[in-house]
Amino acid sequence: MTELIQQVFNGLSLGSIYALIALGYTMIYGILRFINFAHGDVFMIGAFSGYYLGIVFAFASVTGVASIGMALLIMLGAMVVTGTLGFTVEKLVYKPLRKSPKLTILITAIGVSLFLEYGGQLVFGADPKSFPSLLENKPVVNIAGAVIGSNPLVVLVTAGILMVGLRLIVMKTKIGTAMRAVSYNPTAASLMGININAVISFTFIIGSSLAGAAGILYGLNYPSIDPLMGILPGLKAFVAAVLGGIGNIPGAALGGMIIGLLETFVTGYISPTYRDAIAFGILILILLFKPTGLLGKKEIEKV
Amino acid sequence: MKKLFFSMIAIAAIAVFSVSGCNKGSGDEILIGEYGSLTGPNATFGISSTNGLKLAVEELNNSGGLLGKKVKLITYDDQGKPSEAQTVVQRLIKNDNVVAVIGEVASSNSKAGAPICQQNKIPMITPASTNPEVTAIGDYIFRVCFIDPFQATVVSKFILNTLKLKKVALLKDVKNAYSTGLADFFEKEFRNMGGEIVEVQSFSAGDKDFKAQLTSIKAKNPEAIFIPAYYTDVNLISIQAREIGLTVPLIGSDGWESEKLTEGKAKDALEGCYFSTHVSTENPDPKIQEFITKYKAKYNSTPDAMAFLAYDAGLILFEAMKKAGTTEPEKVKNELAKIKDFLGVTGKISINEQRNAVKPAVILEIKGGEFKFKETVQP
Repeated sequence: MTELIQQVFNGLSLGSIYALIALGYTMIYGILRFINFAHGDVFMIGAFSGYYLGIVFAFASVTGVASIGMALLIMLGAMVVTGTLGFTVEKLVYKPLRKSPKLTILITAIGVSLFLEYGGQLVFGADPKSFPSLLENKPVVNIAGAVIGSNPLVVLVTAGILMVGLRLIVMKTKIGTAMRAVSYNPTAASLMGININAVISFTFIIGSSLAGAAGILYGLNYPSIDPLMGILPGLKAFVAAVLGGIGNIPGAALGGMIIGLLETFVTGYISPTYRDAIAFGILILILLFKPTGLLGKKEIEKV
Repeated sequence: MKKLFFSMIAIAAIAVFSVSGCNKGSGDEILIGEYGSLTGPNATFGISSTNGLKLAVEELNNSGGLLGKKVKLITYDDQGKPSEAQTVVQRLIKNDNVVAVIGEVASSNSKAGAPICQQNKIPMITPASTNPEVTAIGDYIFRVCFIDPFQATVVSKFILNTLKLKKVALLKDVKNAYSTGLADFFEKEFRNMGGEIVEVQSFSAGDKDFKAQLTSIKAKNPEAIFIPAYYTDVNLISIQAREIGLTVPLIGSDGWESEKLTEGKAKDALEGCYFSTHVSTENPDPKIQEFITKYKAKYNSTPDAMAFLAYDAGLILFEAMKKAGTTEPEKVKNELAKIKDFLGVTGKISINEQRNAVKPAVILEIKGGEFKFKETVQP
């Protein structure tokens, strides 16, 4: 029982990070109908921003512990950096290609991804870096021997707050309504006076800054970061987005949690060797039996 | 006209590349190749070993060189990847025409480079690959360190006799020949000596989340966990083990040896843990202390075991060349096989029939992020 409780918690804290990345995939797909494969690398840039911000204005050495306020500031800083990155990439790279075939823009996204990965190796170095201890990790909950640390709890809560915040933006604000309108029908939305470019930029900024936040939370939980760290979490978050129904925001959150739990259970009870095979096997099964994902709605092709 | 111009450039380029391609080494230089992970997740392995080897070469050249010639070292980075290791060893032998190769630290990479040296009949000495299969690849492949069956015995004895613990869990890296090999030897040896292995879990190098495995291990209540793996992964494993409330000592092997092992939060997580390795910097032996002083003067850091071993790998290669009186690979190989009681900085080196060195191991304890000498175990 102890083991089970601990495993569920391990899975949820891993899954919440996948969920945050998956949100970016799903939002951008919802608006532009394209998979931004560079999204996992935006997540990596977020982690590195946190690493450098942590060193620059929190403390001289990486072993020091910052205050909660400082940790929050660093996370906001990383979100600003990745938000700006997302905005710039969209304006410089994706916007000129908006009228091109979908395949062109997809290949370009892979190019951006490789550029960030190997550019990162050049700038940051290829060795893993130890992420600063932004918060001290104290065991807070102890249920029947299952120890739950404060950091994984912080990760879970922060991810939850960000997801609720996103939901509020999309459902309650004017720009959120505009996003939904563009997602539903871009041409009709622009005829109603919605500035499509602004909506797309906004979507990229929000999606990328969520990935940046995920980078910080990841660093908090798994304090070893390197320029290629975004590849696998990025792919798994993509699976999570498809699992939940690509384009569907609650679906991405749900998908992330499911993938996180599944991975943890496969590793803990079956074998870590099959972990990734099972995650991607599920993607195949879903595409076979429910191509729209768990919460996705069937889209009618208009001719 | 334009076409002619481009073809001229192309011809010139080909000419330049083919000339630089057959670098025979000017007559007064002996070319020795080295491959190592200067970047990537195990970067300190390559950096330390190349530093140690450079020191050996520099000293040799300052004291008049070898066979009347200067030795020139060519070092390539393999990024810690076996495929890359193959490429650079090929390049060392075919393009640079080296007469001997030194490397790698990681057994998986040595196993990738060694067959190429063997095929081309170029002697290769690995400073620190402990997996027994490395030197089994052929008669041109040597090592200056002990092998894993011995290391497994050392660790088993230490856990049972010194720590007096009987229930141990095992966590190994399935992507790594060193880790799986050592884990298998340990499992067998520890059981033979009367210990109990309560759980075996695995991961793949590069994983960041180990909590699922550690939680399964925790459920079996082991008294210690043996983790034969490399320092980058162990760093994260130790932090996560403490996070989920696993407080038992973690025991490791020579793959832990790196100043980066205790980086960040792992400094506290690994307090009071132990690992086996090749040499202790606390050993008062004048040879060891002299090497530490020289190394510190040149690199401004304390050498780790990989630096010591690479220095010794250089020394026995030069010794074999001196005895052979030539750099002809076959004769050098024959002399390498005869090395006996050679006094290096890691102790007496004798090459046995399997081309392995027979040497004692030391156990180090981690205290305040530093590696303190605990005990020596003779073969």
